[in-house]
Amino acid sequence: MKWFGRRETHQSARTAEGGRIDRSRTVRFTFDGAQFTGHPGDSLASALLAHGVHLMGRSFKYHRPRGVLAAGSEESNALVHVDRGGGRETPNLRATQVEIYEGLNARSQNRHPSLAFDLGSAAGLMSRFLPAGFYYKTFMWPASFWRRVYEPAIRAAAGLGVAPMDADPDRYLRRYAHCETLVIGAGPAGVAAALDAAAVGGRVILCDEQAELGGSLLSEPHAVIDGLAGAEWLAGALSDLARHPNVTLLPRCTAFGWYPDNMVGLAERVTDHLATPGVHQPRERLWQVRAGAVVIAAGAHERPLVFPDNDRPGIMLAGAARAYLNRYGVRPGQRAVIVTACDSAYACALDLHRAGVMIAAIADIRADVTGPAVEAVRAAGLLVRTGVSITGSTGHLRVTGALFGTEWVACDTILMSGGWTPSLHMHSQSRGKIRFDGANFLPEAMAGQQSVGSCAGVFDLTGSLPGRVVSGVIAPRGGFAGLVPGAKAKRAFVDFQNDVTAKDLLLATREGFRSIEHVKRYTTTGMATDQGKTSNLNALAIVADQLGTAIPHVGLTTFRPPYTPVTFGTIAGTSRGALFDPERRAPMHDWAVSRGAVFEDVGTWKRAHCFPAPGEVMHETLARECRAVRTEAGIFDASTLGKIEVVGPDAAEFLNRLYTNAWLTLGVGRCRYGLMLSEAGFVMDDGVVGRIAEDRFHVTTTTGGAPRVLNHMEDYLQTEFPELRVWLTSTTEQWATIAVQGPRARDILAPHVTGIDLAHAAFPHMSVREGRICGVPTRLFRVSFTGELGFEINVPADYGPAVWRALMASGHLTPYGTETMHVLRAEKGFVIVGQETDGTVTPDDLGLCRMIARSKRDFVGKRSLRRPDMLVANRKQLVGLLTDDPSTVLEEGAQIVEDPGQPVPMRMIGHVTSSYPSATLGHSIALALVEAGRSRMGTVLHVPMPERMIAVRVVEPVFYDKAGARLDG
Amino acid sequence: MLIIPCPYCGARPENEFRYAGEAHIARPADPEALSDAAWADFLYMRTNPKGRHAERWRHVHGCGRFFNCVRDTVTDRIERTYPAGTAP
Repeated sequence: MKWFGRRETHQSARTAEGGRIDRSRTVRFTFDGAQFTGHPGDSLASALLAHGVHLMGRSFKYHRPRGVLAAGSEESNALVHVDRGGGRETPNLRATQVEIYEGLNARSQNRHPSLAFDLGSAAGLMSRFLPAGFYYKTFMWPASFWRRVYEPAIRAAAGLGVAPMDADPDRYLRRYAHCETLVIGAGPAGVAAALDAAAVGGRVILCDEQAELGGSLLSEPHAVIDGLAGAEWLAGALSDLARHPNVTLLPRCTAFGWYPDNMVGLAERVTDHLATPGVHQPRERLWQVRAGAVVIAAGAHERPLVFPDNDRPGIMLAGAARAYLNRYGVRPGQRAVIVTACDSAYACALDLHRAGVMIAAIADIRADVTGPAVEAVRAAGLLVRTGVSITGSTGHLRVTGALFGTEWVACDTILMSGGWTPSLHMHSQSRGKIRFDGANFLPEAMAGQQSVGSCAGVFDLTGSLPGRVVSGVIAPRGGFAGLVPGAKAKRAFVDFQNDVTAKDLLLATREGFRSIEHVKRYTTTGMATDQGKTSNLNALAIVADQLGTAIPHVGLTTFRPPYTPVTFGTIAGTSRGALFDPERRAPMHDWAVSRGAVFEDVGTWKRAHCFPAPGEVMHETLARECRAVRTEAGIFDASTLGKIEVVGPDAAEFLNRLYTNAWLTLGVGRCRYGLMLSEAGFVMDDGVVGRIAEDRFHVTTTTGGAPRVLNHMEDYLQTEFPELRVWLTSTTEQWATIAVQGPRARDILAPHVTGIDLAHAAFPHMSVREGRICGVPTRLFRVSFTGELGFEINVPADYGPAVWRALMASGHLTPYGTETMHVLRAEKGFVIVGQETDGTVTPDDLGLCRMIARSKRDFVGKRSLRRPDMLVANRKQLVGLLTDDPSTVLEEGAQIVEDPGQPVPMRMIGHVTSSYPSATLGHSIALALVEAGRSRMGTVLHVPMPERMIAVRVVEPVFYDKAGARLDG
Repeated sequence: MLIIPCPYCGARPENEFRYAGEAHIARPADPEALSDAAWADFLYMRTNPKGRHAERWRHVHGCGRFFNCVRDTVTDRIERTYPAGTAP
């Protein structure tokens, strides 16, 4: 047995002929740094097995050596990390699904330092400390040890692959498709369903997760279909489908998720199997398919037998062994023991026997085994022992023998079959109902979809190919679920990937868990990348047996997407980096860029935060910008403010109902600061509204609130006040808005404006006029968000940059950004919705009672202002805060307490909402919401910070020009 | 992804729509006449049924209209949609 545990340098286990691999070409690849070869058509698993390598992974908790268990996507042991270089790394790939290509670089996972010698396997010796639910109950004392010692140690030891650190350089695309019939799975049942659907007409999509279409037929050399060898029939069928103009064939494409109304997500792996992908090819493509009808032909998964040490390398599913032999031309071993409860293992025994593998023993759990399958095996001269269960295995890095009670049978591979579990994943995801037929859960018929073949419990090929004559195959009759009779539960693995044993499940039931959903979460059985494909039914049977009930009473866990892991890249598609969220740029954006502006994100907008001059640091920039506005004039791009044109005979009445203020009396050419409440009475948005005509209002909203406000207005207009004749149009992007603010604002504008008398008497504060500026039509507002004489110039967006440049040419304007705007408005105590408010703030909390037209019978939110909680005395109210040290700037969001000496946790009575250094005032200023704040004027409160306690004095929330004298310039 | 039949535009995928809460909760004609309890009930209390549910949607990336919809919250099947302001 010299081949145990070491790598062969040649393909010693490869058969001389047969299989679907291309033996005329050789492909070189590396696994854990060692060189291997294989042929096109090989999976990584089959190519390693061809070298006699079974050891491909270490288990999740105990680091037990593991070999490949299956041949398909249900593989739970052989998880590998593939590194394509340049950050192209993918962990947790199933070696059974990784196609080899020249230069493939794969490595095993969860081992240290190597697969063959793993220090972590000492955890196996500690398995009594890592039982079911160990997350919840072990190492509870002393508490500090959990955080510092146990958790870091367990986190380092237990786990699957390691996520790559670099950004993924690959490209992923997304595609929508519609079809009359989507067929999931291109095994015989799926191919037949696609042929039938194509014959009827209509668009057909046939997808399969494997590189080659054909499913079980690819591993079945003896089938005869309609007089043709199975492979010939398959080739003909696929060729017919490929020629059909309405049929799309998608290999390497996994149907991973089912969403309402027959929307199915497919993940197509476009280039992962190529040594050199095409320059324009995406790595993966997400298909979002809307199908009239879906045919699920997802097949079935073979169940392992649950017996002690059933996880040693060399122990695999009988059907997988047959796939490796017949499809890949690889013998799984030289001396095999076959243990089964299902006839399909006899087909495996016959094929291996013919391929020269010594069959050391065949043991069937069933006492009474009859029929053509067992007769064929006996006819081949093989001994079948019935009513016999395997009770254990020996070996370490490779199995060395099977135990039947006290009897030991030498072998280098154990092939097992507990029968087949229909794949209900897609049916269950579609919310299809499920019934139990005594042996299996099966899908119930459902409108718009249909399960065919073995996923519907039709295991024999004849039943999967209705209307076709089939011979030559062994029907997989029989099966078993649960712990095999007479075997111990210890180290009898049920879920290989999560290291869950029969003993863990028995422990969970002893501890009172009854529902399989609870057992699953407590023991972690059925979780992780394989989602219990091989383990679910065995787990259910063990729990049901222990509870003395039937399997359906224990329940079946819900299947959720994805069927197999899907990369984040596939889901994200092109929505990453600059395309993740569309970036909105104001009309004067390019000018700001040319002036070296620093930008900030406000919603999806890019806004100029400030305009640093060469050599300036931030606070110098802000001080200069603020000083310019207070002493001369500044210019500011306010185009991002939301703008809504409200038009119609009932426009004033509509605004009257949506805003707290009175609108019916507002004259044409006048503006008003509008406050909008939610129906619950909390401040929702604010902005200046100008009356352009009797039936036309120019409404502005906060930058971030525009879509929400329009939706709110549309909601009331359409559903509560449909009798009002009003039309709403978003005009945010139609207007460029340029704010010119400062004592010299009027002088600077005057030479450019025609048709509007700018004199104070003719154009007072809070007015709007239509005219021209620089020859361009404008809606000119006289408004101020700085406390200075101010104008906001609205011109059609495309004229914005030209008007801006013309005004800048006056030489007296200083461009300023959002930070200066924030400082200037805070000096005046103007609130910003979303900064001073958080959805729980009323107008009175902000000191804005004057904004509420008490005389109005009703407006949205009015009734809520009388709710008892809105009237309590200790509501948080807006106040100003000053620090003793003028240079101390409080942190926005900092909490405020009354008594600095109280024990932690302290009672918090408010928080800082805005805080800035004010160059104009020569000291810092802050706004805050404080319980009963207006009754605390002049008192001292405290802001506890990690390093110290900061004393603050409560003041009025207006710091500059309280009388408002500066508004008139 | 649901297919939602907009009463004005026809069947469209769910991502063209925005959910807008339970339907047939009319704003009281005279809110001032309501007790605090009755007003709180209007503001906050919803039926949240398991099964048949009348709800509002807006075809926000389409015609922009609000409309009503009867959907089964268990199966996600949409029974019918109909204009706002009409009876279920």
